[in-house]
Amino acid sequence: MTLWNNPTNFIADWLRGVFSGWGMAEGLAVILVTLIGIVVMASLVMLLDIFLVWVERKVVARFQDRLGPNRVGPFGLIQPFADIIKLIIKEDITPDGADKVVYNLAPLLSLMSVIILWAIIPLAPVIFGVDLNVGALYLIAAGAIGTLSIIMAGWSSNNKYALIGAFRQVAAMVSYEIPMVVALLIPTILAGTMGMKGIVDAQSIWFVILSPLGALIFLISAIAELGRTPFDLNEAESEIVAGFHIEYTGMKFGLFYAGELLHAFTFGTFLGILFFGGWNGPLPWGGQYPLIGALNVVIKGLFFYWVIMWIKYTLMRIRIDHMLAFNWKFLTPVAFVLLMVTALMDKLLAGTAPWIYGMGMFLANILVGWLALEAARAYARRQRLAKEALAQPATQAAHH
Amino acid sequence: MIPLSWYLILSAALFSIGLFGVLARRNAVAILLGVELMLNAVNINLVAFWRYLDPAVMTGQVFAIIVFAVAAAEVAVGLGLIISVYRQRSTIVAEDIDLLKW
Amino acid sequence: MTALQVLFILSAAVILGSALMVVTVRNLIHAALWLIVTLFGVAVLYAMLNASFLALVQVVVYIGAIAILFIFAVMLTRKEMRDRGPQLNKTWWLAGIIGLLTFGGLAWLLNNWSGFWKTAGVIPAGADTMRDLGVALVSPNAYVLPFEVASVLLLAALIGAVYLAFNRK
Repeated sequence: MTLWNNPTNFIADWLRGVFSGWGMAEGLAVILVTLIGIVVMASLVMLLDIFLVWVERKVVARFQDRLGPNRVGPFGLIQPFADIIKLIIKEDITPDGADKVVYNLAPLLSLMSVIILWAIIPLAPVIFGVDLNVGALYLIAAGAIGTLSIIMAGWSSNNKYALIGAFRQVAAMVSYEIPMVVALLIPTILAGTMGMKGIVDAQSIWFVILSPLGALIFLISAIAELGRTPFDLNEAESEIVAGFHIEYTGMKFGLFYAGELLHAFTFGTFLGILFFGGWNGPLPWGGQYPLIGALNVVIKGLFFYWVIMWIKYTLMRIRIDHMLAFNWKFLTPVAFVLLMVTALMDKLLAGTAPWIYGMGMFLANILVGWLALEAARAYARRQRLAKEALAQPATQAAHH
Repeated sequence: MIPLSWYLILSAALFSIGLFGVLARRNAVAILLGVELMLNAVNINLVAFWRYLDPAVMTGQVFAIIVFAVAAAEVAVGLGLIISVYRQRSTIVAEDIDLLKW
Repeated sequence: MTALQVLFILSAAVILGSALMVVTVRNLIHAALWLIVTLFGVAVLYAMLNASFLALVQVVVYIGAIAILFIFAVMLTRKEMRDRGPQLNKTWWLAGIIGLLTFGGLAWLLNNWSGFWKTAGVIPAGADTMRDLGVALVSPNAYVLPFEVASVLLLAALIGAVYLAFNRK
């Protein structure tokens, strides 16, 4: 075990040796080193979050055909620090009649639910927090805590618009958890385990080729979980001002905002790990050299974060009842049919050569997707014909 | 190591607190909260017995999963009933919903 | 005092303390939030009992769905934002006595059982309890029938809840 083969364990062992040399008990040294590891990981994630604020503002500017911040530092790189200073020195207003404990706890829970996700992300075969054998379910559990924090924020603000925004957002998030669970079951079936490390190890062929529709369903439900456009009724600035975080000022709003960006980046990383091969990425030798593997995962995370932002700044907002109808009437049935087809094809093609397996799964996915679109088209045609039949007598009467 | 008795005493205490909540509260939603505490106490018991007596046979965990499903179904229907009653009678204090009392 | 024992005592204190708060606070939203703390403590307990799948399902189903249902129901059944009136019955002291008697009775009954002071066995290293759980849920020799009946029960609850809340215009 050298620094290049296994950096985190190498440093952890060295630190444990240092602490034991100072006379600390063995168990206490282990606990202290673990705590230091947790603090370092969370700090690195928060530093990345600051960089993400800059990326977001530059990218939205380019999509809108302008330059973005470019005065504070070269290319505007110091801009996020200026934002942070502004948020910290703002007055911290608590609305009259708000429930103080719940009001102050909500932004903390919202950010916590994102940072705890970084415990199961394997950056390399040897760099990870913990290798849970139920990693896919842990993703959903952290989303449940995020949902809770939104309800707490909306209720404790003592504001009708905050409450309406929170209700809508929570209804959407709870509804879109179902296609997400089903989309997470597809890599589980293909890999035979729910653990993140096992899923990456099983991707000799990337799962996006074996199941493109599964990746698409995961992406759509992830965007709905994040509360980003096109599913962002919660922060529809033209409709309900700012949704559940209307009454939050200063750094508390900063926590919500930073939490949302970090959540988007985390889901981009999960998309890369679950469907796009994890650390076996664009740069070679990701498996042997952990630092190159970690760089691969971060590159994929940034790329999918850019894809999520691309979708956000291109598409229009979808109305809440259309959003829920899309989930329950289209996305959930398609996800379940895809799950059954994936399980069936996995057993039918179990012993065949990899290229036959890959082709079979890919074609099965395309078939399910095409059938789903045909069903949607037939439904839309029926509705359009019914509406035209209703409108016809009126136009005929107008003609005569 | 942790003897089985600690888990059983904990679940008995949680069950008794839930029982107090069901019997002593006026608001119907608060009564349902007590029922949830009792169901959780039962689940702790089931999983502790699974782990301590025979971890090879999955009966305890399967039973606990069925209790999860039953609790979810009961809460959904119970809260639907409470909201219906609230729409009709504008109150969910259990003492005031007494049309069936003699 | 091993680390596991310290963790157990901490979780037990959190669970019982927040359960007491659930049944005594006046503000119902706070009661629902204390219930969430209790459910989280119970999830920690499941993780200590090597039932990791159950711990995560507890968080997803109880905290992510049932507790949120409770919060919605409390919000939809109140005329104003503040609670008024007594929150305990006239006969709450009788309920307290019944609770204490139940606890005492259960503790005495369990004490007379032979296996009360058993310690945990070792789970063999290669055993995959999650895989065994999955097999037990769908195997005809095991529990596929209760599993299917539970799904029919959930379907009945779904239809019932939709019917109750349906607003005929």
